[in-house]
Amino acid sequence: MTLSVTRRTRLSTTWLILLVPIVLLLIAAPWWAGRADLRLMGEIALYMSLAILWNLLAGYAGLVSVGQQAYVGFGGYLFFALTMLAGLHPYAALPLVVLAGFVISAPVAVLIFRLRGAYFAIGTWVVAEVFRLSFAQISSLGGGSGTSLAPDIVRSLADGRDAREAVAWWLALGAAALVLGTVVWLLRSRQGVALTAIRDNELAARSLGIDIWRTKFTVYVVVSGLTALIGALIFLQKLRISPDAAFSANDWTAFVIFIVVIGGIGTLEGPILGTLIFFALRETLADLGTLYLIALGIVAIVIMLFAPRGLWGFLRDRWGLELFPLSRRVSGLAKKEA
Amino acid sequence: MDWLNALVQGVLLGGLYALFAAGLSLIFGVMRLVNIAHGDLIVLSAYIALSFGVALGLNPLVALLLVVPTMALIGYALQRLILNRTMGEDILPPLLVTFGLSVILQNALLMGYSADPQNLQAGAIETASVTLGPLAVGLMPVMVFATAVAVIAALQWMFYRTALGRAFRATSDRQDVAQLMGLNRAHVFGLAMALSLAVTALAGVFLGIRTAFDPAAGGARLIFGFEAVIIGGLGNLWGTLAGGVILGVAQTVGAKIDPGYQILAGHVVFLIILALRPRGLFPRIDG
Amino acid sequence: MPDALLTLQALNAHYGDFQALYGVDLRVDPGEVVAVIGANGAGKTTMLRSIAGLLKNAPGAIRWKGQAIGALRADQVAGRGIALVPEGRLLFPSLSVEENLVIGGQLGRKGPWSLQRVYDLFPILKERRHQQSTSLSGGQQQMVAIGRALMANPELVLMDEISLGLAPVIIRQIYEALPGIVGEGLTAVIVEQDIAKALSVSQRVYCLQEGRVSLEGQSQTVPREDITRAYFGV
Ligand SMILES: Nc1ncnc2c1ncn2[C@@H]1O[C@H](COP(=O)(O)OP(=O)(O)OP(=O)(O)O)[C@@H](O)[C@H]1O
Ligand SMILES: [Mg+2]
Repeated sequence: MTLSVTRRTRLSTTWLILLVPIVLLLIAAPWWAGRADLRLMGEIALYMSLAILWNLLAGYAGLVSVGQQAYVGFGGYLFFALTMLAGLHPYAALPLVVLAGFVISAPVAVLIFRLRGAYFAIGTWVVAEVFRLSFAQISSLGGGSGTSLAPDIVRSLADGRDAREAVAWWLALGAAALVLGTVVWLLRSRQGVALTAIRDNELAARSLGIDIWRTKFTVYVVVSGLTALIGALIFLQKLRISPDAAFSANDWTAFVIFIVVIGGIGTLEGPILGTLIFFALRETLADLGTLYLIALGIVAIVIMLFAPRGLWGFLRDRWGLELFPLSRRVSGLAKKEA
Repeated sequence: MDWLNALVQGVLLGGLYALFAAGLSLIFGVMRLVNIAHGDLIVLSAYIALSFGVALGLNPLVALLLVVPTMALIGYALQRLILNRTMGEDILPPLLVTFGLSVILQNALLMGYSADPQNLQAGAIETASVTLGPLAVGLMPVMVFATAVAVIAALQWMFYRTALGRAFRATSDRQDVAQLMGLNRAHVFGLAMALSLAVTALAGVFLGIRTAFDPAAGGARLIFGFEAVIIGGLGNLWGTLAGGVILGVAQTVGAKIDPGYQILAGHVVFLIILALRPRGLFPRIDG
Repeated sequence: MPDALLTLQALNAHYGDFQALYGVDLRVDPGEVVAVIGANGAGKTTMLRSIAGLLKNAPGAIRWKGQAIGALRADQVAGRGIALVPEGRLLFPSLSVEENLVIGGQLGRKGPWSLQRVYDLFPILKERRHQQSTSLSGGQQQMVAIGRALMANPELVLMDEISLGLAPVIIRQIYEALPGIVGEGLTAVIVEQDIAKALSVSQRVYCLQEGRVSLEGQSQTVPREDITRAYFGV
């Protein structure tokens, strides 16, 4: 009997082949999509990125944060500061935002990792509040009422409104690709193996010599840096920033958590599916406003109670679907040993 | 004198924060549950008192006689119907479910009462003051502080001197063995949440008399309560009172320096204590 | 034949995919001491935990005075008058010695056992009653665990390896007390590694082997070879 280990499934291979034309089509979007659609697609790409990042944090590393708005707002504000106050070109500012996200999140991690389990969650919220209150003190960025991105900085991106919209879209698409690529790469690396081991059994992982603290630290810092990048792009699209919008718990955490829970926490496909459902619902139910949030909350609770792996987990258990070649499959064995 | 005044105001404010914290501390102690919706439930209590006030013409302090049992009932039902289904090894389900509850509550209040700030009118008692040495301090804050001390003393007594407290501690130690003693885990948890929300009702009504509140006011209250718990040390009720006082003083002294620093100063003191004494100032000796 | 107090009928037990008990039949009559022996991992603890309601069962697999109790929760089973002295004692660390005993009796069933009776049986516990339960020696903790079960005034007590890790003197002391305990209308199922001890204090014996009953007999008359075979499966 020959055994072979592979991560690929038939579906995931088909999917990867399909991916190429899909990506090309998306890159060409400025030529076939209207301005409003392009904006919506940009928003979808950015939300999807936030969802994928939060899912890595909570679903894989067990770091349930309700304060990721800290890094969304931080990235947005830093981008405004670097371009308007330091006079950097937006393209130069973006990588610096990621770097700054790494640098600021490291000491934060050292501090809040002292809070165990569920208290960690509230600790992340305190950090987000500290960020919000601190940025509200900076008068050169408009203090509590915020500021707009200077027109010449917007103009430096590209000539003409259509060209700028296209650039904003490509940036959002590129960021989403970067996020997805980083997460897939991280999960397939040694860190990914460690993460899976920790998630399955923390005690056993420790006895295997896996440094749990370091693994979680790495994930937290990487996620935070990339979240800051997404924050910068969100406010580049909005052109205006204020402490309440930048550090909004509803926009950057509640929606993101609901997206991931509904799509399927702890699965890579879940956040993607969740984002698509979220926007499909939002576009049809948008005028329900408050009721929409209540409905989302109820759906999320029901899913958590009765199908904790979300929609994707449900589909996967039913049909063994998997789009991304992540889990290792052994073929050639007649049946799994008990 | 101004500084002394800020200090005293801060101590008294700490009483309110200890009330925010006590319910949180209680359910964590009994069932290791962290309730993200705790702050929103505090705000819900204030709105319930408001509605009783409007419907029955009750002073909010009298309305407490109705709000406390109402919240206790809500707590029991919430635990038995929803939260008990999430209790287990994994911390994710209870966290996310209470997070969902928090969003639902906030938005339901928004629909029911609009975003306009509200206030509970307690009448003449709000403006009454007492002289403490060289200072004149409001009667209400003194009453709130005294209530906090009384509540914590009562909880302490309940925990260590009554059959209910014994059941709480036994269930907290070993859930399955506690079942063998004839304790129904689901019921014990329900009672713990009922008690937690009864305290929350007090906190909510006092909050509503002290300041204006709106549907989004819960988040900050959860955070203040949480900070008081961590500063004081997990599992120590008197420590929680001390934590509340430290947080209150940090805020009033911060506000004295610059009004914009009030809340920030509290968070910074919390983070400093977390950095220097991660288990809080007065951690429980065992565990 | 008198009406049985407790009967197990085709009892199965599972931990996830793993099946620990296969169709176990067992009968306990009022007033007797039944010993259950078996090698490590045979399923003895699993059987007692099933009876106590800590594991999910088919309703009819466990009958108490003729009533199906297999689907009841542990606290409901306790209310019917069945108490378990769990393997490894499992006292409540944040309760004092006396509180551990008192909580055992918190259902308030009537009967001969009271705090005073338990202290008469184990005088050392009275001296230590305000101490934290985890600060006692292993043997003293075992006394608390037994006392805690007796405080419930149960009709049936299930004792899981109460002599594990104890000095022989203390084991002897505990087993000398057993006839007195059983005398007053109490029935007992004891799980014991020490076969000789188990046979000497019981009227009937069951042997479990890999989740199945491999022998059932009168403790005084069952041949030693039969036990060896049932125990080791050779
Ligand atoms: N919580 C559990 N999860 C999975 N398997 C278990 C669990 N508890 C027991 N088992 C398995 O069930 C079988 C029976 O275990 P049990 O504890 O009932 O044995 P026992 O006869 O009491 O053994 P011992 O004499 O060592 O106490 C064993 O194979 C054991 O590995
Ligand atoms: Mg055993």
